[in-house]
This record gives sequence, C-alpha cells and structure tokens, in this order.
Amino acid sequence: MAEMRTETMTINMGPQHPSTHGVLRLVLTLDGEIVKKSEVTVGYLHTGIEKTAEQKKWQQVIPLVERMDYLGAQSNSLAYALSVEKLLGMEIPERVQDIRVLIAELQRLMSHLVWLGTHAMEIGAVSMMLYCFREREQLLNINELTAGFRLFPSYIRVGGLREDIPRGYHEAVNAFLDMFPSKLDEYEDMLTKNHIYRLRTEGVGFIPLETALQWSLPGPIARAAGSTYDVRKAFPYLSYANYDFEVPSFPEGDVYARYRLRLREMRESVKIAKQAIARITPTGAWASSDTRVVPPPKDKVYTEMEALIQHFLIYSQGFTVPAGEAYVPVEGARGEHGVYIVSDGTNRPWRVKMRAPSFYACQALPTVIQDGMIADVVAVIGSSDVVMGDVDR
Amino acid sequence: MTDAGLTALKNSPLVVPATDADMDLPVLTTRVEWLVQWARRSAVWPVTFGLACCAIEMMAMSCSRYDISRFGAEVFRGSPRQADLMIVAGRLSRKMAPALRRIYDQMPEPKWVISMGACASVGGVFDNYAIVQGVDQVVPVDVYVPGCPPRPESLIYGIVQLQEKIARSRM
Amino acid sequence: MDAAALIERIALHVPGVALEAAPSTDMPTIYVPAGQLVPVCAALRDHAGFSLLIDITAVDYLPREPRYEVVYHLCAPDARLRARLKVKLAAGTTLPTAQSVWPAAGWPEREVWDLFGLVFDGHGDLRRILTPDDWEGHPLRKDYPVQVRKVAQTYEPLEVTEQEFRANIARDRVTRDPEAKA
Repeated sequence: MAEMRTETMTINMGPQHPSTHGVLRLVLTLDGEIVKKSEVTVGYLHTGIEKTAEQKKWQQVIPLVERMDYLGAQSNSLAYALSVEKLLGMEIPERVQDIRVLIAELQRLMSHLVWLGTHAMEIGAVSMMLYCFREREQLLNINELTAGFRLFPSYIRVGGLREDIPRGYHEAVNAFLDMFPSKLDEYEDMLTKNHIYRLRTEGVGFIPLETALQWSLPGPIARAAGSTYDVRKAFPYLSYANYDFEVPSFPEGDVYARYRLRLREMRESVKIAKQAIARITPTGAWASSDTRVVPPPKDKVYTEMEALIQHFLIYSQGFTVPAGEAYVPVEGARGEHGVYIVSDGTNRPWRVKMRAPSFYACQALPTVIQDGMIADVVAVIGSSDVVMGDVDR
Repeated sequence: MTDAGLTALKNSPLVVPATDADMDLPVLTTRVEWLVQWARRSAVWPVTFGLACCAIEMMAMSCSRYDISRFGAEVFRGSPRQADLMIVAGRLSRKMAPALRRIYDQMPEPKWVISMGACASVGGVFDNYAIVQGVDQVVPVDVYVPGCPPRPESLIYGIVQLQEKIARSRM
Repeated sequence: MDAAALIERIALHVPGVALEAAPSTDMPTIYVPAGQLVPVCAALRDHAGFSLLIDITAVDYLPREPRYEVVYHLCAPDARLRARLKVKLAAGTTLPTAQSVWPAAGWPEREVWDLFGLVFDGHGDLRRILTPDDWEGHPLRKDYPVQVRKVAQTYEPLEVTEQEFRANIARDRVTRDPEAKA
C-alpha cells in the first residue's frame, strides 16, 4: 500500500476556553490527536498589581495582593504580611500566629476544593463541581463571619489581624471540621477507584522529580513526584513547628498521583486546623502591641491623647518600614509562594514582587504535554492547578 | 376550564383582545412580541467568559446553593455561537481586549452583556496601564453588577434585571 | 550557612570572582558581578545543593547609579538553605542568561525584559510575556507612569497563518548583536 501523506495541524486553544482555567492560550501543533509542539502564551490577565502596589501605603497593598492568586487569597496576604513584619522586626503574639495558621489551612482547603471541582469537571465528572462547591460555601460562611466578605476578607494585616475573632467562630469552625472528613470520603468514593477517572489520569502527564526541580515546581507537583519538600517543615513560619502533621508524598508523578496527593493534603489540613482551633482562645490578642503599626483600640483613641495621635498617623500617612528587603515564603496551595519586598524607608513600598508558582507551572507545560493527546492537555493543566491571576499578576 | 380560570386568563398580559367580540370565540390571541421576549428572557444561556476572581463567584452562582438554574441560565455554553449572554467576569487586561471583542462578535443576535464586578465595570481597584477601565469601552453593556467580587445573589439580581430589561424592550 | 561561608564555598570553584556580602535580615545575600553570574550559579547548584531556582526579578533604583539590580532567589531543599544573589546593572548593559543552570530561568528573564527592559545574553526567546506584544515601554521602570490614557485595542488581524505566527514571534525576540559595541 502506498504511504499515506499526513501533515500536522496547528490549532489555537484559548484564551477563552472552558478548560484552560482562565485565560491561558496554547498554540498546539498536532499530528492527529498527538501534540507535537506547543507554545504557551500568558499575559491575558496582566493586572499591573506590582506597579499599583508601589503607589499605595504598606497596609493598603493587602487587598491588592489578595487578588493576585484569587483562589488562595489569604495565603497571599499572609505571605506579604510576613515579609513586611520581617523587615519591621515585629513579634507577633502566639495566639495571632495560631489564628493565622488556621486561616491558612482553611484557605488551602478552599483552594483545593475549587481545584478538585474544576479538574474533575473537565475530565468529565461534572457533578464533582457541585459537591465541592457545597463544602466551599461553608468555608466562605466562615470567612464572612470573620470579616463580612466571602472571597477576599483582608483579615490578615501587617501587624496581626484586622480585629478579634467573632462570637460563634469556634462553633462554626468545629462544625465544619467535624463534617468535612466524611465529605472527603465521599469524594474519594466517587473518583479514586473510578475506572474512567483512572484511565484518564493514570500514566498521564508525567512530571518526574528531576523535571520538577529543574523547572522550579516545588509544592504539590514535586511532592507527587517523590519530593518531601514543604515550606512548612523546611523553613517553618508562624507556629507550624508546634503542630503535628505529615507531609504526604507519592512517587508516581502523574495526574492521578497529584490528585491523591491533594486529597491527602486536605486531610492533613483538617488535622492542623483541629489542633489550631483547640489552641485559640475565644478572646485575646489579635495583633502585635506595636502601636506604630497596629491602630490602638477605639476606646483608648477616644480618651487618650497618644492613642489619638497614633491612630491619626497610621490612618493618614501610614507606618514606615525600615529600608531593606525581605522574602518570606509560605506554602500555598499551589506550592511555594512569597512576596519579595524592597523598602526605601518611607511609607510606600519600593518594589513588591510576588513569586508565583503557577507561572513556573505554565512554563513547564510544553515539556509535560509533549507527545500526549489533547484530552491529556486538559488533564495536565487541571492537575497543575494553574491560576491565571497568579501567573500574570 | 373554570370560570375563574378563564377570567384570570382573560386578564393576563398573555391575552390581548382585538375586539370585545373576540372574547366569546374559543381563540387565544396574544402579542407575538410579548411571547418572544418571554421566551428569550426565560432561558438566557451564558458563554463561559470568566477572567479572574469574579469567575469563581460566577461558578458558585451556578452551583447548588445559589442555583442560577432556577432562572433559566444554567447551561454555560463553551462556544459563543450558541450563547445569548456574555457575563464578563473579571478584570479585562489590554492584551485580552481583542479576544473579548472577537467573542462578542461571534455571538448571534439577540445578545446581551453583563459586566460583572468592579473591574469589568470601571476598572476596579486597578487604575493602571494594564487594565481597560471598563469593558464598555469594548462591548456594549446592558447590566452592570458592582462588587469585588459581587455576591452570587448580586449577580442573580443582575440577571433578573436583565430579564426585566428584555421584557421591556422591543423585539 | 551565612554569606561569608557561601562566598568561600563559591570561591573554591570559581577562582578570582569578586563577591561581596550584603546586609540582610532573612537570608545570605551576595553581590555578584554580571560577567561571573553563570559560573557562580553553577557552583552553587553543583557544590552547595541549590538545585531550586525560586525567582528572578529586578528592582529599579532610579536616582542611584547603577540603576538596576537583578535579584535571584535560590533554595537548597535538602540542606534547608536559602540564598539571594544580586547583580548590579547600569542602564543599557546586559547580563548572561541563567537558563543553562536552571531551565526554569527562561520565563522570569522574559518578564524582567518585559517589565524593565534588561537584556539577557544568550536567552534565545527574549520577548514580551505579560504586556501585549506591541506594547511600548517597560512598565515597572520608575519613570513609567502608572496609568496611560490609551484606547483599548480591539481588533487584531483576523487570521494569521502558522508561518506568520512564528514569524511574528521571531520578530519580537530581542537579541544583542554580538558585533555591536556594549
């Protein structure tokens, strides 16, 4: 039989596409269904957060930074607050650190729930989205209880927290933590032994450990390839050194391993959150007592002169941060991220740079989807958990 | 049909008598325009155009707690050629503006646009070089929903307002 | 391991390099001259365990000379160490790419080119990444305004062929002409 002439086809996927997790553009060169070559274009959500942050005062950057990685919002503001507090040399009370640990772990749960819902929906298990968002609503209720806002509470501030935790916080969090592990069992029931899900995800999208290190993907991607590196254990921040938890790790490195890893991470987060809520007293310190940075309580402002002056200075010109630079990384839901800040000694940042784990995940995409099929591209993008706000800032 | 039912039917906007004599005939007349606009507004299907954080609230709106499906808009079409509504959810960067215009142009008439969130309406918190200060510079907007991000209930209210706008408008 | 110990370790493998420790609050920070950047990075990766490149960014200190500093954050996950390398750059000078040491350096260097206008020699794909392809100016420089009053561009060419797509990419790439004077 004569040789059949074939040629490759180049198609464009995105930036508006139901499965690209936001505005990601891929130009794929295909031989049938196999991806031979791909180019990734990002930048469709570039927001200029870093430039705008240079115009704001230190505390005003918090809402901006929260909107960068919009799924793990409070871990962004946590990273920023930690870096600024490092430069300021502030001591944060133990209770505040425990509350921040709790918030960080709940945020990780929120992010992983969205990841699971959208990833499973794109693979084809559409109803997972409804299940995951049902649990997420309870977590958003907790956010709303503390700060009145669902997605971006701006509750973590430089110096501590915005205000003390409200009445009913312990009940709400405990009710959620008691209910959640059974829901995780439900999700595992639906997907882990599901034949179709395993066919779609096992053996797909290999990222071996060497690739993960070379392409700078610390976090769930490296841990699903055998690494045990977790910023909470390697460079402990807040009071993580006092908590008892494990860092799960799987050796296979495919999409299925990343799925199982994130489910295990959710269970570990519940463990940490339970320890944290047990340590938090219903009332107590909610911020450092350094009144250059933290506004004094309102009753003092109305009666004492110094408190009035401090309140006025903080809210009119903001506090100043000594000149220098700092980078304190945290373990976000996507991996290591942190905020590198440079201060010139005034009340505005000189440079705010966020290290975005999804940026590096997008860079590694062409390597991972090479010689896979288009359907696998969707699975890989979903499992790398890229958030375009994080990539483009 | 009972007498009460027939009276109710005669008094509803569905029935527009040409003359009084018509009321005795077993024939139901209505205005085509009212009927068509009712059909259009009861099943407004959005195209997936989630850009940033507002997309998460839009997804929450389509899920079981807020359930936009009650209002007819549950099917998020992947292709603009099969959709009537574009909810621009999130900040529009300058690089994305041509793509937004292309998607809008690919939607067939009748089409409507909801600008969801502060960034889509006026640029939001980001008054800088990278963000288009309001998507109405690129596409004509019917309903603006403020918020950062707006609660799912706000967005549902926006969709209901759009439905009322469709009811009021001419075909 | 503090900055002095790191400098000693590097000096074993890159003889004659002029490193200088900088004051810092959180991790050892070293100033590296631009010409020696790649050997220093390779020495850190191979002999000090810094296998993870965390980030590459730049800072514009406008009134000061040299104007820019390119900052590299590194991490040694097994030894639990972090380090920061800084390269001082005057406007108009270039520095070599770190892609040969860590492939992950490709996109952060593109971002530094896009936002600051600093050229990395030998990069191979140095074009804009975050701003639109035909954007003028480098937004994160201190003399660039926060807001530009510009009408949103809404129409691109309706259809590009694959050859045009790749030709556009090649046209947007920046390479320094090796024959030109520095």
